[in-house]
Amino acid sequence: MVTQLLSPEDALLVEGLRAGDEAAFVAVMRMYGRGMLRVAEMYVSSRAVAEDVVQEAWVGVLRGIGRFEGRSSLKTWLYRIVANTAKTRGVRESRSVPFSSLGDGGDEGTVDPDRFIGSGERFPGHWAVPPQAWAPEGRLLADETLEVVEDAIERLPPAQRAVITMRDVQGFTSEEVCNALDLTETNQRVLLHRARAKVRSALEEYMR
Amino acid sequence: MRLNRELACQEVVELVTAYLDDALLPDDRERFEEHLVFCDGCQNYLHQMRGTIAAVGRVRVELPAELQEKLLEAFRGWREA
Repeated sequence: MVTQLLSPEDALLVEGLRAGDEAAFVAVMRMYGRGMLRVAEMYVSSRAVAEDVVQEAWVGVLRGIGRFEGRSSLKTWLYRIVANTAKTRGVRESRSVPFSSLGDGGDEGTVDPDRFIGSGERFPGHWAVPPQAWAPEGRLLADETLEVVEDAIERLPPAQRAVITMRDVQGFTSEEVCNALDLTETNQRVLLHRARAKVRSALEEYMR
Repeated sequence: MRLNRELACQEVVELVTAYLDDALLPDDRERFEEHLVFCDGCQNYLHQMRGTIAAVGRVRVELPAELQEKLLEAFRGWREA
């Protein structure tokens, strides 16, 4: 069995999907569905089209699961299928693929330049308005704060949103994200860093 | 990446993700850590980025219910076929 290459958890899910086990399907959909939607959103113009793409991708998943050889983890395979489905759809929509640029900002810093001392002065580039400690810290993990985080993620450019979802919500490694989305290590990190910096900034506003 | 002098805070904040991924070269990592020892602002920044990552980790991952329902129907259809 090729599925010996997979982790025990993945192997169980793959066996379940092949056997038509609804519980396995629901488990996979719950774990990776939202991330798949985020990936689809990178390549197409609207949420509605992205939802279509996820459905189409799942048809591909079910068709392909019998031949899935476990050379990558299940989640990487799933995300590659949705990325490819979305790219095809994006081309049909004649929407350009987003990685020629990294979404926004170019070489600009991720922290408001006004918060640093200017170049003409002593200690240029050091904090003029440093971040203050957040107190009480427990608030960071409160339910209302979760909404602030979700809103901030929702406002990100799609590529940043997909990468932060994969890395920080779904626990992909940087290598797994690069493989699933055909990104270079550097671009992956730039997208993740910009995304995190924006969410931090929204939290700073809120925790003040 | 290669940094050849003392870091300014404005540079440190851009290196946080590389630092957390352990993707800085050993020398740069050392400079980054040296900077932090004397800089409360950057310590706070790093700490808040870690807090941000923890907060993001709690975000819901479920799909909208209608989409889940559609996917489930498609799955049942495939199983029957």
